[in-house]
Amino acid sequence: MSELKRTPLYDLHVELGAKMVPFAGYEMPVQYPLGVMKEHLHTRAKAGLFDVSHMGQVIVPGEGAAEAFEALVPVSLMGLKEGRQRYAMFTDENGGILDDLMVANRGDHLFVVVNAACKEDDIAHMRAHLESVEELADRALLALQGPAAEGVLEALVPGTAKMRFMDVGVYHWNGTELWISRSGYTGEDGYEISVPADRAVEFARKLLADEAVEPIGLGARDSLRLEAGLCLYGHDIDTTTTPVEGNIAWAIQKVRRKGGEREGGFPGADRILSELENGPSRLRMGLRPEGRAPMREGVEIFAGPEGGQPIGRVTSGGFGPSIEAPMAMAYLPADTKEGATVYGEVRGKRLPARVVAMPFRPATYKR
Amino acid sequence: MKFTEDHEWLKTEGDVVIVGITEHASEQLGDVVFVDLPDVGDTVEKGDEICVIESVKAASDILAPLDGEIVAINEDLAENPALVNEDPLGKAWFFKMKLTDASALDGFMDEAAYKDFIG
Repeated sequence: MSELKRTPLYDLHVELGAKMVPFAGYEMPVQYPLGVMKEHLHTRAKAGLFDVSHMGQVIVPGEGAAEAFEALVPVSLMGLKEGRQRYAMFTDENGGILDDLMVANRGDHLFVVVNAACKEDDIAHMRAHLESVEELADRALLALQGPAAEGVLEALVPGTAKMRFMDVGVYHWNGTELWISRSGYTGEDGYEISVPADRAVEFARKLLADEAVEPIGLGARDSLRLEAGLCLYGHDIDTTTTPVEGNIAWAIQKVRRKGGEREGGFPGADRILSELENGPSRLRMGLRPEGRAPMREGVEIFAGPEGGQPIGRVTSGGFGPSIEAPMAMAYLPADTKEGATVYGEVRGKRLPARVVAMPFRPATYKR
Repeated sequence: MKFTEDHEWLKTEGDVVIVGITEHASEQLGDVVFVDLPDVGDTVEKGDEICVIESVKAASDILAPLDGEIVAINEDLAENPALVNEDPLGKAWFFKMKLTDASALDGFMDEAAYKDFIG
């Protein structure tokens, strides 16, 4: 087994009493002494600080970067204004998803954040298609999420409260350049902050010094993003699912669709554009199991309480501390109606679940 | 009270054994959100997975410590699974079982041995 990597905040996590686990090649905090449930609820009530430094941070320089990048994603980047960020996904020739990512237009370059587990492949993919790609290995990435995030960050970095959802900007703190976006992956208002690695611990301590802020581990990060109805790469979306099947077609702007000014031109366009027109055969949907038993990843879904072949499979599932109930995502036939009852086979028993709209809990973004 | 290597505690009450999990196990599991209990009347064999504890993150099994028959289950856990975190050695017992062979209990650890076991 190869050696696990550590983020610049590793020692701080240990000092804070985190339980460290291997995750995407890194030793990461899965929970702190507060525990997953309280960490989750604290983030929704006040603010949580997450170390997401394991994710890849990449700069694609050049005025023509957006145009060239559009050859890799079904998203409009030429239409992305300076100072704005957008959700995107790399697709393959079959329309499958190689990774999901965030792309920001920062004037003379794009700033890209990709998943930790995919970052090597993503960077190779970008290098194969783009003139210049710079991986930034010397910056940490923190996420501050929750209703108190705005007040906490504004006190340290004036001007950030004015940002709107998906704004990006460069700010200064004690002689250090912070790259801040008003975004996150919890369904809460909040920020992601790229900070030079050698100032990361100092900055994190400043945030944690505010009584509203608690450090939050991967356990609560997962339950928060699931309540928010957001996909986890490698689970809810992967190379076997298209963006349309994955129910993230909202990220594909009109200009890249059939009849649009810059129609297609990305890997897998034939299939993806056809699915946008005619509908996919299956779709990622939300499930609310009726009892208390969670339906976790891998649980097979059936149309009836007995017999028949599975009609789908849970890709993420667990217990939602804020909704105080189990929740799951599954791929189901696209004509499955919201409100329908399906059955998940948990330990040999078929348990009923309702097909519901996502998110499981409404987002509180500052639009 | 006796302890198993699977972090269960066993308490005898006449010819019946009450089974729960230790504080150590409850801490390792984290916040418990659901407990799937066996049925009263089930006949179980040592090592059978007869009960499932779901925490926020994962599911863990409770194994039958010995051969016997389930004679009672703790219905309170269905209503309030968090009892497993709040009072693992008391209110959060899982089930009671009547042993096929009561002398089999002798092989388990006492508290001091269990403390050594978990280090």
